[in-house]
Amino acid sequence: MAGLTLYDKLWRNHLVEQRDDGSALIYIDRHLIHEVTSPQAFEGLRLAGRRPWRLGANLAVPDHNVPTSTAERAGGVAGIIDEVSRLQVQTLDDNCLAFDITEIPINDVRQGIVHVVGPEQGATLPGMTVVCGDSHTSTHGALGALAHGIGTSEVEHVLATQCLVQQKMKNMLVRVDGSLLPGVTAKDVALAIIGQIGTAGGTGYAIEFGGDVVRAMSMEGRMTLCNMSIEAGARMGMVAVDATTLEYVRGRTYSPSGELWTAAVEAWSDLHSDDDAEFDRVVTLRGEDIQPQVTWGTSPEMVLPIDGILPDPAQIENPSRREGTRRALEYMGLSPGMAITDIRLDRVFIGSCTNSRIEDLRAAAAVVRGKRVAASVKQALVVPGSGLVKAQAEAEGLDRIFIDAGLEWREPGCSMCLAMNADKLGSGEHCASTSNRNFEGRQGTGGRTHLVSPAMAAAAAIAGHFIDIRSLQETGA
Amino acid sequence: MKSFTVLEGLVAPMDRANVDTDMIIPKQFLKSIKRSGFGPNLFDEMRYLDEGQPGQDNSQRPLNPDFPLNQKRYQGASILLARENFGCGSSREHAPWALEDYGFRCIVAPSFADIFYNNCFKNGILPVVLTPEQVDQLFTELYAEQGYQLKVDLEQQQLQTPEGEVFRFEVDPARKHCLLQGLDDIGVTLESAEAIRSFEQRWRQRSPWLFGVLGQEQR
Ligand code: SF4
Repeated sequence: MAGLTLYDKLWRNHLVEQRDDGSALIYIDRHLIHEVTSPQAFEGLRLAGRRPWRLGANLAVPDHNVPTSTAERAGGVAGIIDEVSRLQVQTLDDNCLAFDITEIPINDVRQGIVHVVGPEQGATLPGMTVVCGDSHTSTHGALGALAHGIGTSEVEHVLATQCLVQQKMKNMLVRVDGSLLPGVTAKDVALAIIGQIGTAGGTGYAIEFGGDVVRAMSMEGRMTLCNMSIEAGARMGMVAVDATTLEYVRGRTYSPSGELWTAAVEAWSDLHSDDDAEFDRVVTLRGEDIQPQVTWGTSPEMVLPIDGILPDPAQIENPSRREGTRRALEYMGLSPGMAITDIRLDRVFIGSCTNSRIEDLRAAAAVVRGKRVAASVKQALVVPGSGLVKAQAEAEGLDRIFIDAGLEWREPGCSMCLAMNADKLGSGEHCASTSNRNFEGRQGTGGRTHLVSPAMAAAAAIAGHFIDIRSLQETGA
Repeated sequence: MKSFTVLEGLVAPMDRANVDTDMIIPKQFLKSIKRSGFGPNLFDEMRYLDEGQPGQDNSQRPLNPDFPLNQKRYQGASILLARENFGCGSSREHAPWALEDYGFRCIVAPSFADIFYNNCFKNGILPVVLTPEQVDQLFTELYAEQGYQLKVDLEQQQLQTPEGEVFRFEVDPARKHCLLQGLDDIGVTLESAEAIRSFEQRWRQRSPWLFGVLGQEQR
């Protein structure tokens, strides 16, 4: 019999009950909660007279529509200007209080984007099943966890039963061999993978990321990669546990310590795919082939290397693709044959659960140090992923570097990633963004999003258009 | 949850691939803390000419006349005919809530995004996967005929065209069972409470570090 994949092992470890009809009851170790997808779930519990199954499994934090300007933030929940946003954040507070669930509230230094906070607090650990009412829960797979997004009905289901009814996914291995060229980051790898397999390429699969490039990646990089699994259609992405994982997890607030740590490390040593494990699909890329990536369209798969030229719909045979390309170019206000480097930017957003960790901020700061944001760029925002990331960045002086270069330094939250708070694009504006979705209207109605790495976003802020980050690094500029 | 057995209904087209959840229900409407009332903002950006805001009187807003749901022939539709990768993007359940609130009980497409597909079943909506050729054919027939209706039989796993042509579709038995009966998932799972408890006990012994400090600090 073939060996097991990492996903097979995580699944097996959490299997409560296999049902005859092919579905299974899977135990959930950690449930992360935020303000947008939980109110209706708590409401459901209340109506049915149910209590949470295991309080200690839950951790809540508001992130999606907390304001990120320091002034508005100072007033806490009561200070949120947008009435509906305030109600949602207040409702989370109320529900956590009523149900006795641990919450990191709005102005706690540990507050931040739920997918940054979980690993940072050690609240998500290797070998766990982790769910949250947010599709980017795949991020936590970087720790060797089985992590995926769920809908609000499932939020209620997990609260009430500590389980989910699941169908087992197929196994996909995405292997990135070799090594990355200088200036190429995990974000570029993620976009290159999506460019190769498409936004539905991972549908029905659990993806494991492997290969030398992934092994050499920091935890931050692996989180960026797993974060974008969902943009490749896969609910979950994961990376095997190794020394890098342990190094990251050790000593965090909710991580085990002492004897428990030793026992945990022992158990976690099994969290990798067996050598003879069989995957239903294997996709391989060479690290050396990956250039810095920029999305030009309205789907993450509409992506090109920085030296790329925009496609011409007239030359696409498949009618659905042709129409999709035409429509995307039209929405983006771009023309066929245009060079990526000729795309001019109105705004720049560095943040989101994809790229708002300390490593991301360091990379961006290194690019803008001693320079000025181009006059044509109306706004360049840097939004740290959590209060702790913010504090760390400030301790390193990154905030000064950003501010001196003309970027805005904000309070932690989702911010312009989805424009549920005041940070959004105007219609027709182009934005270089380190987030994960470039759908129509995602960052504001009519807004035009280009997904890039933090270094590429920073370089675009300085130049006013996209440039190859490597051209800066080569000249030592 | 509403049960789903047989649905005979008017069909409306959503003729583009990769319709994402932001298109189905734009994010400004996610701020509601309720489950209902999303229907008037279904496909908001395509449906209206202005930018929608929560709490607005939608009946006063300018409609996009080119959008199918605004056309007379599609009024009262309960089946949405769509293209591949329908429902991609976020996990927001507001998407099926909006579809359901508008009156759609069934969506037919060549493929769906995983989370959305799953969320449909939890909200009494049946997502039907047909082959791209079959979907093409249905689009052609739909455009050719006013008042085009389909009959969807979940028990039989069959979709029938007005001409009497029958397409079989697959649906997993557990989801089918719950949808046919309109069962509350949580109630069903709690029938296994014993199994969950004994699993939890074993798992706690094996991995005590997963049952640590969180949640105890305030108790
Ligand atoms: S940062 Fe963006 S993608 Fe991530 S959880 Fe927040 S809104 Fe979702």
